[in-house]
Amino acid sequence: MSNTAISVTDLSKKYGDRMAVSHATFEVPLGTICGFVGPNGSGKTTTMRMLLGLITPTGGTGEILGESIKHPEKYLPRVGAMIEGPAFYPALSGKENLNYLATLGGFSTNRVQGLLEQVGLGDRGKSKYKTYSLGMKQRLGIAAALLPNPQLLMLDEPTNGLDPEGIQEVRALLRSLANDGTSVFVSSHLLSELELISDYLVMLRKGEVVFTGKMTDLMFSQQPVIIAKGVNEHDLVRLLSIAEAAGHHAVIRDGAVHVEGPADWAIDFNRAAFDAGITLSQLTPQLPNLEETFFEMTGEK
Amino acid sequence: MWNVAFAELRKLRRPTLFLGTMGAVVFFSALFSSLLFLLIDSPDGNSDRGRTVSREVLGLATGGVQGFSSVGGFLGIIALCVFAAQTAQEYTYGTLRNLLVRQPGRLRILAGKFIAMKLFALVMIIFSAIISISASVILAPRAKVSTDLWFGADGRHALFTSFINIVISVIGFGTIGMVLGLLLRSPISAISVGVLWLLIVELLLITVKNSLQNWMPGAQLSAIASGGVPRGMSTGIEYSHALLVGGIYVAIGAVVASFLFVRRDVSN
Repeated sequence: MSNTAISVTDLSKKYGDRMAVSHATFEVPLGTICGFVGPNGSGKTTTMRMLLGLITPTGGTGEILGESIKHPEKYLPRVGAMIEGPAFYPALSGKENLNYLATLGGFSTNRVQGLLEQVGLGDRGKSKYKTYSLGMKQRLGIAAALLPNPQLLMLDEPTNGLDPEGIQEVRALLRSLANDGTSVFVSSHLLSELELISDYLVMLRKGEVVFTGKMTDLMFSQQPVIIAKGVNEHDLVRLLSIAEAAGHHAVIRDGAVHVEGPADWAIDFNRAAFDAGITLSQLTPQLPNLEETFFEMTGEK
Repeated sequence: MWNVAFAELRKLRRPTLFLGTMGAVVFFSALFSSLLFLLIDSPDGNSDRGRTVSREVLGLATGGVQGFSSVGGFLGIIALCVFAAQTAQEYTYGTLRNLLVRQPGRLRILAGKFIAMKLFALVMIIFSAIISISASVILAPRAKVSTDLWFGADGRHALFTSFINIVISVIGFGTIGMVLGLLLRSPISAISVGVLWLLIVELLLITVKNSLQNWMPGAQLSAIASGGVPRGMSTGIEYSHALLVGGIYVAIGAVVASFLFVRRDVSN
């Protein structure tokens, strides 16, 4: 049995002259939470649509849970998905909408009330969908995705419209699903959220995969930055000179010197500053966060 | 396929849609049948487009279902609207992607939806038959129309024949609605195009050139509902001709729309 939840090779989609997705190749291991990131229009939703059999790839191959994406009927009963936001019948209640989808997919409707409670809609299940707030719609979308008790959950921007508490709940839900063995493939523009929950990452830029691998591998592959501040403001220029003299690229930003270099160079930096008569008020080696890495790799901002 | 049909029935039985549609069916069935008897002596006629259906005709075995037959075309328009809306709204609500994730067999989705809507149409026709025939039975004595032949073997045969014809016609209209829904992907556009074509464009074309009535889809389906005219009559459409031409329209539309539905990317 395959140990990947998703595996695609050279997956492409062309609309007219425009390549929406170009030769995407990546794998998502089973049982992980994989963040799927990229700027708007980078091909995330198109890729997800191809994986769900909604659109036909122009080229390439793919497998979901060991089955070819040419035969979505073989794997979709084990996949839950919410793509491009929740979409339900406005005149039906949340519960009726889930009953509809459960009947359609051949699942028991007995699960519906439990799922509504799981996503925090237990007491609003009988309200019509059109009366739901954006956050409630999003929660219903997640409940619908959980209907088949999926082995793989594919969520496109699941935290859109949720308040901070809701975002935290979704994060906890995804983590608990992953702990129970569900593979989660999730796109979000909230990179800080993905950084907190993802084990794995696929990064797209203009339809091309620019990174695929473990989140830790990505973060540790980035050049660390040492942030230093002197007690006196005029020390900044001297600190900058020390860093540059040691062959490191450095800039003054936000009232501190940012030096690109390995974390252990902070010791030498501290010593050099002390020798120069500078008392440091801050010396922090730090890795760039996912957002900074994302901008670095996708060339955005 | 059956899962889709059962799921679809959950949607079709919601009170606003079900009661609203059935209310309209009951109202117009009662109206069409009542006018046949209440305006029987009116110089302006008691049937559509000023035609007069006499006491003698209403007294025949087919008289009891005359009102039911005349409401058949209207039921077809209702079916067209319901089928078109229920199909096209999957695109406008974006729910088609949910459907396809839960049931990737696209033809199964179409077949399941079609079965559910046919059942809905069947309930609509049964309601209409009950109301039309009841109104006819209640109003016949007042209009001095004999009902003796209505309840004999010929009367029952007429009821059965009318029912089957209306079912064929209504499902034909509904299929056209579904085809328009799939092609235009918007309930408003699908219903507008369908209703405008059937109620205005076709009538205008037939008024300009009468022989066109033999080739217009709506005219064929309406002719099926009313049983067509006997073979060789100069006005009206023969039943077998209507069945053939109407069937060809419906079949071609269904094949083209199904092909597109299966092949088209779902990108909304």
